[in-house]
Amino acid sequence: MSQPLLSLSGVCRHFGALKAVDDVSLDVPAGARHALIGPNGAGKSTLFKLITGAMPVTAGRVALAGADITRLPEHQRARRGISQTLQHSSLFLTQTVLQNVLLAAQRQHSSRHSLVPRRQAGARERARALLADVGLEQRASTPVAALSHGERRQVEVAVALACEPRLLLLDEPAAGMSPAESARLVALLKSLPASVTLVIVEHDLDVVFALATSVTVLHLGRVLLTGSPDEVRASAAVQEAYLGTGRESLFTDGSGPAHLEVS
Amino acid sequence: MSVIPDSSTETTGAAAAVAATSPASRRNALLRRGVPALVLLVLLAAVPLFADPFTTNTISRILIFALFAVSLDLLVGITGLPSLGHAAYFGVGAYTAGLVSIHWTSEAPVPVLLAAGAGAVAAAATGWLAVRSGGVYFLMLTLAIGELVHQLAQRLTSVTGGSNGLFGIPSVRIGGQPLTLAGLVYWYVLVLALLGFLGLWLVARSPFGGALRGIRDNEPRMRSLGYSPFRYKYVAFILAGGFAGLAGGLFAGLLRIVNPSDAGFTTSALMLLAVILGGAGTLWGPVLGAAVVVLVRDTFGPQLDGHGPLLLGIVFVVAVYVLPRGFAGLTGVLARRKRTAGGTA
Repeated sequence: MSQPLLSLSGVCRHFGALKAVDDVSLDVPAGARHALIGPNGAGKSTLFKLITGAMPVTAGRVALAGADITRLPEHQRARRGISQTLQHSSLFLTQTVLQNVLLAAQRQHSSRHSLVPRRQAGARERARALLADVGLEQRASTPVAALSHGERRQVEVAVALACEPRLLLLDEPAAGMSPAESARLVALLKSLPASVTLVIVEHDLDVVFALATSVTVLHLGRVLLTGSPDEVRASAAVQEAYLGTGRESLFTDGSGPAHLEVS
Repeated sequence: MSVIPDSSTETTGAAAAVAATSPASRRNALLRRGVPALVLLVLLAAVPLFADPFTTNTISRILIFALFAVSLDLLVGITGLPSLGHAAYFGVGAYTAGLVSIHWTSEAPVPVLLAAGAGAVAAAATGWLAVRSGGVYFLMLTLAIGELVHQLAQRLTSVTGGSNGLFGIPSVRIGGQPLTLAGLVYWYVLVLALLGFLGLWLVARSPFGGALRGIRDNEPRMRSLGYSPFRYKYVAFILAGGFAGLAGGLFAGLLRIVNPSDAGFTTSALMLLAVILGGAGTLWGPVLGAAVVVLVRDTFGPQLDGHGPLLLGIVFVVAVYVLPRGFAGLTGVLARRKRTAGGTA
């Protein structure tokens, strides 16, 4: 790969004194299946917002396929091929499943500016195909408000895919899904063509290791490690980040804080 | 002010999508919806044949305010932008049509078309700022815009006639013949109002209208899908202003006098009331809302020793409690009742 599809260099986001994302540099080559893991509060979702443009960076540079997009507003980044699912379902509740996907799909089919009704055959066909992919073809005319949590997550994925992204960011797509649903999701994501680059945040490490070819571990806003899944699994630093440092002392004897409290 | 968007337009869209799968059911749906529409159209067209001139005139006025209310519904119900200054564009249209008729020509479509254009231009000039805000701020900005236009109408005495109003507007002419009979004026209003309704309905059903509903429901998500909410809201604002201007142009042609208050806060507030009373986001609900407002204010109001606004207030309070989704919400209630009755039988 000559140049990475997504390139972050020195990206920071501070909230007052809190450094939610602190000097993160990361290159994701085109076609990669990249996972972003880390304990809660590591800055994974914030980093996604900095990539999509939902939140401005405090410092640093975001580049997509070599072009600097740091100053572009969110919708223009989306038009360059960034698509996402959010950690908490964000859909159009009063509208049907099909209409939700159609809103994303119609952008690709040049009918979105039309001021008169159109049949939108192309966009509808694509939306129905995507609903079949995520297993919701029977629910096409159900309002999203009537769907279960897991089904909404699937609509999220269909909406994100309907944008025909180059870079797909998935923020805990399997959260709240049943094992069957999440297996279906993994199969769907595995079947995506290499023209879609995937960055996935996920707590379910089975999903992560089933999909990812490379993994970045974030901890307290910083990159702890980037490597292959096996390297990450073997890393002592990662174990420490997840389990916490020095907490052993709570359970051993001696001069730990627990000991002081007791005495 | 919170406006609960009604989902019935979406559900009918879904029903249409399902119906599209088989030609027979599509024909049925067409019959079910087309026949009542046709009957209504014939009834409306026949009004001057059996109604007296006063009634005909009242229905003309209802049609005009209905078009005005539906144009406001495009903002309030479809796009989710509750405006308190929409009468500004109605007023701009009315003054434009009046001035064009006085100084140039009152030949049929010219004054109303220019009125629609002027309404759209005024909306383009003021909306650029207004649609950048949302919620209460949008409400306040549009209120200020409405007051601005109202003040202009008051102050520019040499152009607008000031607080005396712009009077002496010649009657509408078609092929050089002035329309003096109430029935002929009614047909003129009916045709143009129906064209206006058709235009607004097309916009609401279009992919563009779908994007507007998307912005109403979840603006951040629309942004992440690659839509620029500003651009969509701005175009919606301009379109709503244009259709309000068209209604204003018809109003000037019908009453042949325009007052500053027609562009003022009271008119804006009454129309917002009509939209909510009828059911925001449904387009046809606000037509009924406008009818109630016009009837209570202009027809029954004068018989109540100036207590018309009080009656309107009572109607509004009762309606909000009994029909939280406006008159349009009634169809949902009826449909649900029918469905449950069918289930138990």
